[in-house]
Amino acid sequence: MYEGIVQELIDELGRLPGIGPKSAQRIAFHILQTEAFDVSRLAEVLVEVREKVRFCEVCGNVTEQERCAICRDPRRSAATICVVEEAKDVAAIERTREFKGLYHVLGGAISPIDGVGPEDLRIRQLMERLADGTVTEVIIATDPNLEGEATASYLSRLLVQPNLRVTRLASGLPVGGDLEYADEVTLGRAFEGRRVVQG
Amino acid sequence: MPLYRDEAVVLRTHKLGEADRIVTMLSREHGKIRAVAKGVRRTASKFGSRLEPFMVADVQLYEGRSLDIITQAESIGSYGAEITEDYASYTAASVMVETADKITDDGGSLQQYLLLIGALRSLARREHGASLTLDSYLLRSLSIAGWAPSFVDCAVTGAPGPHTAFVVQLGGVVADDVAPPGAPRLDPATLDLLAALLAGDWPVAAASPERIRSQASGIVAAYTQFHLERSLRSLQHVDRGA
Repeated sequence: MYEGIVQELIDELGRLPGIGPKSAQRIAFHILQTEAFDVSRLAEVLVEVREKVRFCEVCGNVTEQERCAICRDPRRSAATICVVEEAKDVAAIERTREFKGLYHVLGGAISPIDGVGPEDLRIRQLMERLADGTVTEVIIATDPNLEGEATASYLSRLLVQPNLRVTRLASGLPVGGDLEYADEVTLGRAFEGRRVVQG
Repeated sequence: MPLYRDEAVVLRTHKLGEADRIVTMLSREHGKIRAVAKGVRRTASKFGSRLEPFMVADVQLYEGRSLDIITQAESIGSYGAEITEDYASYTAASVMVETADKITDDGGSLQQYLLLIGALRSLARREHGASLTLDSYLLRSLSIAGWAPSFVDCAVTGAPGPHTAFVVQLGGVVADDVAPPGAPRLDPATLDLLAALLAGDWPVAAASPERIRSQASGIVAAYTQFHLERSLRSLQHVDRGA
């Protein structure tokens, strides 16, 4: 235990996700002991991020404006929407540079045991985006875990519309891994989702 | 006993730190276990998929100071994929694991373990309607825990039935002379269905009309939450459409 403000700083840092008491202490002493550390800049950014950042009114991604950069970009295809659980997933998919469509952030996954039902997610907003018939494909990219699969199953039941293709991200073996170490569930999925290479 | 092994069904998981999870399991021999599974949220994890809710696994753990640590997990039964394909089954299974989690707070039993696995397997195989399977599970789980409801004889005096006044707080149907004023009266068909669900008489349960099933589900939900002394969060999300 430290005195006064130092302990307060450690306690506040310790409330952040993934930061335990030891890490909080280490960060606090880094701030205290490193002269070059620009504390005021960090404080400014923290305040700014709380004031300026909001959720895109179209897709639910984080943005500083009413609509995010992806929704404003005219080069993105409006015919495809990729549905993800969190804004973090948008960044992960953008890193692949494979997807040129738009996104829709649900804000979580259906998890009855945690009290999260379909009405707690941005599903109604997704249905509104599909109403005008511009979108021809919805890619469901929820996490490949139980809640993500259940959400995908629920959405696929809901998204039965003429001229709308609903697809699910493939799951299978990680690139660079050894087949013998794959677990049976993942390997089973890889078999299910195998693709034709010839014939 | 620093290292031990058991069969367990995963009830729920919580995120821990960067890539770990706290896994709550109901085991065959050690009752309810809360243990840390390290690194299971990484895509390269070898046993992350075996420790998802509704999975049955042969797990090896070592005793930690507060939580045990899972060192190995081999899949025995994988019901998650089949259950999540059907939304009604998913919501029913969620209520089952939440109930199992709460009802085994003071220690689980082999009967509770076997009942839960049987119910999850039945849901995965679509043997009966999801709603009927759930109600049957709840009644039987409460019975194992010592709160068996009575649907024929009076729950207070033991007077032979049939009776129609149902009082959750008194443990089931009660004779007219002990029924509190204003006690709700149940349709005899509803009581027949409830008795069939408790006994596992599936032909009788399957033949029941929708209106009776709906009334029975309401009774089961009220009875369960009264005896667990808390509400079940997942119960309000149950899809009774199937």
